[in-house]
Amino acid sequence: MATKLWVFIEQFKGVIAPASLEALGAARTLGGGVTGLLFGQGVGDLAQSVIAHGADEVLVADDASLADFRVEAYAALLVKLAREHAPALLLAGATTAGRDLFGAAAVDLEAGCLADAVGVKLVGGVVQAVRPVYAGKLLADVTFASGGKPQLVTLRPRAFPKPEPDAGRTGTVTSVAPALAEDAIGVKVLDYVIEQGQVSLADAKIIVSGGRGVGGAEGFGPVRDLAQTLGGAMGASRAAVDAGWIPYAHQVGQTGKTVAPDLYIAAGISGSIQHQAGMRSSKVIVAVNKDPEAPIFKVARYGVVGDLFKILPALTAEFKKRLGK
Amino acid sequence: MNVVVCVKQTPDSAAKIAVENGQVTWDAGLVLNPWDEYAVEEAIRLKEKHGGKATALCLGPESAKEALKTCVAMGCDEAILIADPVLDGSDALATAYVLALAIQKVGAVDVALFGKQAIDGDTGLVPIAVARRLGWAPLTYTVQIAEIDAGAKTIKALRTLEQGKQVVTAKLPAVVGTVKEINEPRYPSFMGIRKAAKANIAVWKAADLGADAARVGTAGSAVRWPSIYPLPAREGAVELLDGSPEEAAAKLADKLIAEKVI
Repeated sequence: MATKLWVFIEQFKGVIAPASLEALGAARTLGGGVTGLLFGQGVGDLAQSVIAHGADEVLVADDASLADFRVEAYAALLVKLAREHAPALLLAGATTAGRDLFGAAAVDLEAGCLADAVGVKLVGGVVQAVRPVYAGKLLADVTFASGGKPQLVTLRPRAFPKPEPDAGRTGTVTSVAPALAEDAIGVKVLDYVIEQGQVSLADAKIIVSGGRGVGGAEGFGPVRDLAQTLGGAMGASRAAVDAGWIPYAHQVGQTGKTVAPDLYIAAGISGSIQHQAGMRSSKVIVAVNKDPEAPIFKVARYGVVGDLFKILPALTAEFKKRLGK
Repeated sequence: MNVVVCVKQTPDSAAKIAVENGQVTWDAGLVLNPWDEYAVEEAIRLKEKHGGKATALCLGPESAKEALKTCVAMGCDEAILIADPVLDGSDALATAYVLALAIQKVGAVDVALFGKQAIDGDTGLVPIAVARRLGWAPLTYTVQIAEIDAGAKTIKALRTLEQGKQVVTAKLPAVVGTVKEINEPRYPSFMGIRKAAKANIAVWKAADLGADAARVGTAGSAVRWPSIYPLPAREGAVELLDGSPEEAAAKLADKLIAEKVI
């Protein structure tokens, strides 16, 4: 019998999280039958997309009690299904929801949970994973003690390639009922406060970040212009956030977000150990800094030594030209 | 309002971390885990606002008393260290099992606070796993405690998610996992430091908690760490692009397009 690989499909207001699609892709590489778990309200239409991205089967739970991700409701259902079907391995994106869901489910299943893997393989049915530790300064090989328990692993966003959808793929869709009634769920969601135009740093392909060198809140203007021209997100170093120039949501580094975009442009950022911890797994790093001795140049592939207020506008103009904007 | 804050001692975030003979080493001191400072601050604020007591709990070696002293110096009333060789090698879920027992032993706790994650293990699993063990409201990634009604035993909080902020209500007791934006941690006062120096930190053993030996330590942990090693160095030195800003920008654009990252 094929190894049962389960992937939690996270969706927010009907949009599947990129990290879930990456997890489907990772599951496909492990060899086995891939089942997607799709919980929510009015999400049945997404099942075909889950199949197109690599699932052989989708278990859909469609109920008002599952409209918002609430770990109590989702974990209860995941645990119930896992007890019935005994999957060997469960994967989810290491998002806030994925981490909470698997942490809670692992408690109920008396199973182990590995968080934030950047590499995963199955050897004789046992997961062998690689995960960053010490804020990305080290890597650890991690695995599970033997035991026939489900193995729960969350995958770091953007560490695994997103599979191309194949509309020709076929699979089965099965409906499942929620495990908890609404009155058994303690947490009630009242509202969301969502900033318009917010780009999730964790999912961004391009990030342009500013640091102490931008000199003030207005100094983020050229950083924002370049990010917008490139269709990327705007990041910041801790120094800029602590100075109050930009909200914490933009902070990249050890006590901010860990990111791994295709392109990371660091402008006016010296590149402390703590900042590097959050961005050094980016594919291509570009440093723009006045100080040729700045540590950021040690991790950068390309560097421009000079005034960011001249270089960033020149880059914006150049890319507008090249991208036909 | 009785509040517990669970903390960890970690290497300083500015430390250079290396591996020697399979052991992780660092070139700076051990500190209160930076993420936990926000949880400690929030615990003290809750106590100041609603009365009651703030107790800091830490699972770790004897040396971790220093991290607990920081908590007392900031304003926690009591500190308890859970130190026992049988707990060595506990993974995140075994740690959560022990902390949940300790929170129960403290007794009559309304809110258990946590930092987002520890900067060494980085799993971020402990807060949610403790909430699940205790069956308490799981309010992880909390950026603001908007309201606590001590009489009705309810809490309203804002949680920060990838998509934005989520406003939730729940019944106490709750586990509140904090994130950095929640507050600005205070520095220990001179009086606080003096108080911490004289603080009597209780030490609890696994047996004091009634912990099942099969659920703690290496034997009670599902996760194994066969090896730990430095990141591979990034290949090659930086390529500096020179000329006027326009010339450098044009050269960089060529490179980035050739790299297929644009």
